[in-house]
Amino acid sequence: MIGADAIVKCLEAEGVEMVYGYPGVAICPFYNSILNTDIHTVLIRTEQNAAHAASGYARISGKPGVCCVTSGPGATNLITGIATAFADSIPLICITGQVDTQLIGSDVFQEADITGAVESFVKYSYLIRDVNDIPRVFKEAFHIASTGRKGPVLIDIPADIQKETISKFRYPEEVSMRTYKPTVKGNMVQIKKVAKQLSAAKRPIICAGGGVILAGAQEKLRLFAEKFGIPVVSTMMGIGVMPSDHPLYNGMVGNNGRAYANRAMNESDFLMFIGARVADRAVSQNGFDAENKTLVHIDVDPAEIGKNVGATIPIVGDVGCILEDLLSLELTVDSRKWVDTLKDYRKAFAEYKAGKEKEKQSLDGQVDPSLFVKTLSSLLDEDAVYVADVGQNQIWSCGNYVMKKGRFLTSGGMGTMGYSIPAAMGAKMADPSRQVVAVCGDGSFQMSMMELATIQQEKVDVKIFVMNNQVLGMVREHQHFVYKDHFSMIDLSVGSPDLSKIAEAYGIHYKKITSEKTMKKDIEAFLKKKGCGILECSILPDEVVRGM
Amino acid sequence: MQKMVIQLLVDNTSGVLSRISGLFSRRGYNIESITAGVTADPRFTRITIVTSGDTDILDQIQKQVAKLEDVRDIKELKPQDSVYRELALIKVKVDSEKRQNIIAIADIFRAKIIDVSLDSLIIELTGNQDKIEAFLNLLGGFEILELARTGTAGLGRGTDNVTYLP
Repeated sequence: MIGADAIVKCLEAEGVEMVYGYPGVAICPFYNSILNTDIHTVLIRTEQNAAHAASGYARISGKPGVCCVTSGPGATNLITGIATAFADSIPLICITGQVDTQLIGSDVFQEADITGAVESFVKYSYLIRDVNDIPRVFKEAFHIASTGRKGPVLIDIPADIQKETISKFRYPEEVSMRTYKPTVKGNMVQIKKVAKQLSAAKRPIICAGGGVILAGAQEKLRLFAEKFGIPVVSTMMGIGVMPSDHPLYNGMVGNNGRAYANRAMNESDFLMFIGARVADRAVSQNGFDAENKTLVHIDVDPAEIGKNVGATIPIVGDVGCILEDLLSLELTVDSRKWVDTLKDYRKAFAEYKAGKEKEKQSLDGQVDPSLFVKTLSSLLDEDAVYVADVGQNQIWSCGNYVMKKGRFLTSGGMGTMGYSIPAAMGAKMADPSRQVVAVCGDGSFQMSMMELATIQQEKVDVKIFVMNNQVLGMVREHQHFVYKDHFSMIDLSVGSPDLSKIAEAYGIHYKKITSEKTMKKDIEAFLKKKGCGILECSILPDEVVRGM
Repeated sequence: MQKMVIQLLVDNTSGVLSRISGLFSRRGYNIESITAGVTADPRFTRITIVTSGDTDILDQIQKQVAKLEDVRDIKELKPQDSVYRELALIKVKVDSEKRQNIIAIADIFRAKIIDVSLDSLIIELTGNQDKIEAFLNLLGGFEILELARTGTAGLGRGTDNVTYLP
């Protein structure tokens, strides 16, 4: 058995079903060995999207996504995907080929110091120099990626190591790492403190982040909120912790969130951040003051606590575990008045919104972006996976998508354009029984449209919605407000392709929504069609997300 | 494989140590020890690196390090023309009965006892690597609870080799 066989055996032992990647000489031994297994390999069209596809796969399967590329440019192309996964704590195993061991450091063809380059974007990285280390390294890598605060782990393997004979292959059953032991169980003393403060709270609120979903603790969070009558707001990564129409759910916070959600968080006297890193986008809105409330911060990563905001009661551990402990508390919270107040805030907003919508005249050939997302989400399956890209389309999606039992995936931390198409493909491959849609703008579409080839080659049924406004809308909006319409580098109207022809070229179906009147019918018919397709709608370039 | 001590004078910028150690790890060079500290002129930092490799590698190391923007001066500190010193702090488990034995050894090495408790003491020893190794060997009969070594710092002898910077 050689090193490459050993790597494949490790992947098999970890139950890996899918590897996204791109070959090159330095990783050829591995791609030669993997032919002898049932592991499905997916030839992606550019390496960055291998990481995004693995990320979509990981988020739906709950297992680390695996991507594997060659040395040099293959590895460096992967970096944006790795950084994207790192920012959102998505578990990935990234395997990169490397030049022969004795050539490392001599700048040979396709050599790149990838472990050095990704240092700030990975949870951990390895450069394997001894073939016999392969089983231990893979065991550790999967363990690190998928426990504690999840994240990408990179394994760099020189080509000669892949070809070398391994003396004895034994996959370790357990990991023993002295320096890596994430806390799981929450400290009971702290949990009792929460109980004491919670029972005195008049205006309690939970701000749930992506950590709740990563821990698979959505159900526990809902039960906890319901048991004590605590309203819930979410961060962008936390969208989906609760159905949108839940009486206790109060929308997304942040500078792109709902005003009533921010108001609820700001007016609370007891705020629990659960699995949220309290990032700038969530709390940098006017009126947020951490000083006038009891602040509980629950997170699996102790370094997140106190990083952006000092907590009154910090609890470190697995969010699911801690929510279970919190659920077993016996106390009463008198929050009825507060819950009613928040309901009034929501109602006032809904009325204001309805008034605005009435004012808006429907234009020939264009659609209102909010109405589009609302209509689309009303037609999706209950458990559909909605993958939003980055830009205005993302904010319209966050604000108008009506969550039932589905999932909402997006690149929240890094804001990587072009995420939606490869991630949606990975998500669909993780669970082909679920409906998966990718919603992007014309900018983000063009950043990853080469993956339509991969989608066709793998026959993945992903529906792609392009909100086409002929500009880079988010930047345009920023330049509109901050630079007083001094527009620069935002025009996509010249040179961008005719999407119907792109669809034709890739052999997928295509439809354009021509008016709001036919929108519902068009989406319905489009969703019913088998296989991948593009549904395009035109948005006015001067639509803004602010105050949406 | 031979040993080499190199001395660098670098700009005192944030991240300079990481740039230098990053170069060593990316090119697969060894670092046996690395020490850094600001010089009399606060704009610069003096770094002493103990490394090893064959002649070609040692030659490459000097050339690669010299290419870094932050590096003002680099020279090899050859043993015959230089002095090397390292500081070691050694915490030894010892009761009052055997304390005198250790103090006697420490005296021979001109080491200092800088902390004494009922069942342990801390020894401060300065010297070149061989001296520290020799001292640690002599402590063989005692339990060393903790050991902290700074790594080698060095300077060239005389005035020939001194770099003046504007």
